[in-house]
Amino acid sequence: MEQGYIKVTIDGREVLAKEGQSIVQAARDNEIFMPTLCDFKSLAPAGTCRICTVKVGGKFMPGCTTHVSYGMVVENESPELMDLRKGLIEMLFVEGNHQCPMCEKSGNCELQSLAYRYKMLVPRFPFLFPHRKVEAQFPHLLIEHNRCIQCLRCVRGVKAKDGQDLFGFIKRGSDMRVTIDATVPDALTPEIAQKAMDICPVGALIHKRIGFQVPIGQRNFDHEPAAHLDGEKP
Amino acid sequence: MADNALQTAVKGIVEKYHGDRTELLAILLEVQEKWRRISPEVITFLSEEMDIPRVHIESTATFYHFLSRTHRGNYTVYLNTSATAEMAGAAEVAKALEKEVGVGFGKNSPDNRIGLRTTSCIGMCDQEPALLINGIVFTKVSPARVKDLVEGMKAGVPVRELLGEPGDSNNSLPQIQAEVQNHIRRKGPVFFTDYIPGAALKKAMEHGSLEVIEMVKKAGLRGRGGAGFPTGQKWGFCRAAEADARYVICNADEGEPGTFKDRVLLTELPELIFEGMTIAGYAVEAKEGILYLRAEYGYLREHLEQTLASMRSRQLLGRRILGTRFSFDIRIKQGAGAYICGEESALIESAEGKRGQPRNRPPFPVTAGYLHKPTIVNNPETFGCALKIVLEGADWFRSMGTAASAGVKLLSIAGDCKRPGVYEVEWGKTVRELLEMCGAESPLAVQVGGPSGTCISEKQFDRKICYEDLSTGGAFTVFGKNRDLLSLVHNHMRFFQEETCGFCVPCRAGNTLLVKALEKVMIGNGTARDLEDIRKLGVMVKVASRCGLGQTSPNPILTAMENFPELFQGVVRNDVDYLSQFDLNFALADSCLLVNRMPSSSTKGEE
Repeated sequence: MEQGYIKVTIDGREVLAKEGQSIVQAARDNEIFMPTLCDFKSLAPAGTCRICTVKVGGKFMPGCTTHVSYGMVVENESPELMDLRKGLIEMLFVEGNHQCPMCEKSGNCELQSLAYRYKMLVPRFPFLFPHRKVEAQFPHLLIEHNRCIQCLRCVRGVKAKDGQDLFGFIKRGSDMRVTIDATVPDALTPEIAQKAMDICPVGALIHKRIGFQVPIGQRNFDHEPAAHLDGEKP
Repeated sequence: MADNALQTAVKGIVEKYHGDRTELLAILLEVQEKWRRISPEVITFLSEEMDIPRVHIESTATFYHFLSRTHRGNYTVYLNTSATAEMAGAAEVAKALEKEVGVGFGKNSPDNRIGLRTTSCIGMCDQEPALLINGIVFTKVSPARVKDLVEGMKAGVPVRELLGEPGDSNNSLPQIQAEVQNHIRRKGPVFFTDYIPGAALKKAMEHGSLEVIEMVKKAGLRGRGGAGFPTGQKWGFCRAAEADARYVICNADEGEPGTFKDRVLLTELPELIFEGMTIAGYAVEAKEGILYLRAEYGYLREHLEQTLASMRSRQLLGRRILGTRFSFDIRIKQGAGAYICGEESALIESAEGKRGQPRNRPPFPVTAGYLHKPTIVNNPETFGCALKIVLEGADWFRSMGTAASAGVKLLSIAGDCKRPGVYEVEWGKTVRELLEMCGAESPLAVQVGGPSGTCISEKQFDRKICYEDLSTGGAFTVFGKNRDLLSLVHNHMRFFQEETCGFCVPCRAGNTLLVKALEKVMIGNGTARDLEDIRKLGVMVKVASRCGLGQTSPNPILTAMENFPELFQGVVRNDVDYLSQFDLNFALADSCLLVNRMPSSSTKGEE
């Protein structure tokens, strides 16, 4: 065995994982599908969405913030975990106002594609229909809070040119919202707006005036719902 | 910012704290206190002055319950809405407040003189209904007294002058001046007995630091906050972590509804707690300690500061303690209203001046805690126990309690009983014994360990209070036979809905959905299937949540359903699987009332 690698078992399959990496990273390296929403590429994991919850030694653990250890046995796609993940997706659907047919992100949306993957028809929970705002005051970016799932990818991954934090989050509980520093409007350039839209797994951050460049039917998940790893086509 | 005077004043506050990033919460609290709000202009100014990104300041300023971007009134009234307050008649007090002030809760009087807000448990369960006015506690408030209080506020009387008779013992000290009662009902060998300042510290130094940790381990001391982690092991881990600095934090953020024993400890025995922290500091080789005091206990701050000063003057704290080479000092950091800060990593974040949001673990605080240095976080009671262990020996401590729960526990007993208050008891007492002790005559249920604990019925009154059976951080709340248990369960679920930090999905959305589901059952629209769905959702929230809050938040409803099945069966429809129709008159009742119209007969619903 290569140095720095350890053996772990995921759904009965023995694989090699790099020491110090997370369960999600190990699964990804071994092309095992483990759903994620808040986890994104090289960003430090946040653990907000809990979609990657797995079972280790009979205990539920988040795959993104739990490191692999020698001989670890991970349960990933059991009926129990699939139902839990579906439940979490349904919670997100009822907690916000997600109207896929009129959303620019439809077909590229990771929440939508995961809902297809887990065969969500109607959420098991009642819709909460919250009153949420649309913030349109920035020249290049629209914040559609109705669709935000508070994954905090933008907060962690989008910075101003000088490295300053532009995105943050305010309030708490179900009132928690993503916010942008409005005192430096020039900092939010078209490039940064595009980056924000690309990092957003849903349609909460939308680059203004360039909608629907890729037609419906030709988008990432239009034909292969959520076989994606890391928000990209496999 | 146009207002130069405001700018100068805010600058003064920042300078007082040397612009220290970790003091942001203290700075925000002062701004709130002075201007009754934290305006967007002040946030921008603080960002420039302290060189912190604006979004970080806004993030902290909007997280805590006692901080606000809008004006909270020159007198801000925070009425406690916890279950024991509800039982003691907080609803009538709320009505009286609304009537006298002339506005509803969540609003200010038109002249911004008085603001009415509700708040989660303020640690006065044995003397409800209780409320805070500008940080000062008022207990056993009756609707009649509300009239006097509001009149006083309208006339501009300083809050202190509205206070009634001072409470017992230290509560009447000039530096506290509170109308709070201690209600110490049962004294025991650990806390409410003789205490000679410095004796335990001296003994600890004779033993040496490693030996102190060994003693605490051998005594079997476990964390008194509720989680019960072995204290000696925690101290051992912290000491073993390589670092140039280590910290000792005392978690005095007693927020679990139903518990108030730390309030009494801080009032009567602050020196014992501080000396316990100093012993811990000696054991883990730390030089700094922090007492994280919940905002609701801010009225004790001056008393605690004076105690620290007195200890410094007697060489029990500060440089060269007791003439040795060991130096250790303690400072106080105050919260701003957030139950989640009782979670140790959230508390650390808050002590650093940030949102009180739990961290991902690993790393644990013992290796990377405050400022990412090894840190131990313990409950005040735990520090007190450790001090007594050093003084009297591990065997002495072990000889009390049960096999897995050594020593004594301070219980906060409240609710439907004749003698609510603080009881020092050995671990292992049965619920029945305690009910007798506090004079509970016809108990229906006991909430052990607060909402995050267990709601038990009479069938389980022979169970024991200890880690291996019914664990508690101190709360023991009695619900009498005359109580509507569903409404109390609802109160507890609302508490978690209010106090979730919102960071992770299951806790943020799940708790709201649990409240909705319970409300559906409570108004008679539930079926047996709804109960099963509630149970499944509750389990989901427990297993998928990120920290202890979400992992225990469904407990009020789950344990009540388990132990009072007949209660839930009694309110659901058993004749149908699914209620496909609804009573239109009932559904429209509220809106009809609002527009002053009787439900029309033509809209009569069909059932």
